[in-house]
Amino acid sequence: MQLDLLVDQFKKKDTMAFEKLYDMYSENICGVINTIVKDDALAQEICQDVFIKIWNNCESYNASKGRFFTWILNIARNAAIDEIRSRSYKNNKKNLSADYFVNILQQREEEENSTVDTKGLRKLVKNLKEKCVQIIELLYFRGYTQKDAAEELEIPLGTVKTRNRSCISQLRENMAVR
Amino acid sequence: MDVEKYIASGILELYIAGTLSEKENLEIAEYAKEYPEIKKEIEEIEASILELSKKASPGYNYSFKALMNKINGDVKVVDMNEKRSSPFLSYIGWAASVLLAVGLFYMYQQNQELKSDIEVVEKQNIDLEQQIADTDSSLEQTQELLNTLRDKDISVISLGGQEVSPTSYAKAYWNKKEEKVFIDAKGLPEPPDGFVYQVWSLKLSPLTPTSMGLLEDFATDEKKVFALNNPNESEAFGITLEPAGGSESPTLEQLYTLGVVNAS
Repeated sequence: MQLDLLVDQFKKKDTMAFEKLYDMYSENICGVINTIVKDDALAQEICQDVFIKIWNNCESYNASKGRFFTWILNIARNAAIDEIRSRSYKNNKKNLSADYFVNILQQREEEENSTVDTKGLRKLVKNLKEKCVQIIELLYFRGYTQKDAAEELEIPLGTVKTRNRSCISQLRENMAVR
Repeated sequence: MDVEKYIASGILELYIAGTLSEKENLEIAEYAKEYPEIKKEIEEIEASILELSKKASPGYNYSFKALMNKINGDVKVVDMNEKRSSPFLSYIGWAASVLLAVGLFYMYQQNQELKSDIEVVEKQNIDLEQQIADTDSSLEQTQELLNTLRDKDISVISLGGQEVSPTSYAKAYWNKKEEKVFIDAKGLPEPPDGFVYQVWSLKLSPLTPTSMGLLEDFATDEKKVFALNNPNESEAFGITLEPAGGSESPTLEQLYTLGVVNAS
């Protein structure tokens, strides 16, 4: 079925359409959350809450919010960031801007029972430069604006757009290689 | 718009990231409808982020059913039931009513699902019906045309190409009884902007042209068959290219086709 039609039905609270969208995106959304919270079990828990939120707010989605995936991506990272903020407030240990998602690799390979596909992830980002990993992380997984990303990375505002495009292109090439 | 340049600017990547304004989002959604290259690029960028996030995912084991149960709060109903420690009969009563409620809810959900299925199918039906109707009416028009041309009172006049455009040709189907002429102008080139073909009925000696009318909307008419009234005692038909709106008398240097009516 067409994505547009599916989203239309979903907005009318159609459970069947919602189930299809859930099948399509739940794993990805869980992955996005995991890049922020870096905790497999917690990521899954937040992921379920995110989909409940999506269902309860289905009428509020429209084309002015971008692609359907972009909309749920935004809800997911906000939920994950809120969670981290409230936790770090409590124990002050975890810091949101501590390290980038590629560190999931290191962490998870040490943990024996992790279910993250570290091999696949490593392959996908293998020749991405550090600055690519950073910019992708900030824009897609942390929800930084162009301006915030430029300040964080200490590069001119106009460079954000072009650097991001060339980094995503690299990512797409890596996908095509497999 | 320069689509390639637009794509290369990197704005579509930001569109997927969700960092653009509502206005920009709407604008890009429109472009995606208009330009297939843009739509494809958007989908590929999205696919790369989907792939990356999937690889970072710890997997996801919650079934959709579990999610819906959580949303609908079914779990709560069961919990309350378990906590109750009442006499046996009352217990049965509660269990039955819970079962009934769950059953009713289940039926309601099934019903909703079927309804939305029907809605989708109905939408598809309407599309198909529209297609059939369009085809039917086009067929009807063609048949009508064919019947007209087969009428026994029709005489057929071939109009050959002239100096200005030797490869042009046209046919006139003249129904004298009904004083009508159908011009089949498929063999004429599209007129340049600001010009229009004009059809003339000619008397030969002395040469007297009478305008029969213009072949309006030439470019958009796919069948290229035009019906004109002709109360004249024509001896020949000619088609000339004239400035938009037509002329009082034919511009003979721009005579495209000409054909003489056979004496019968």
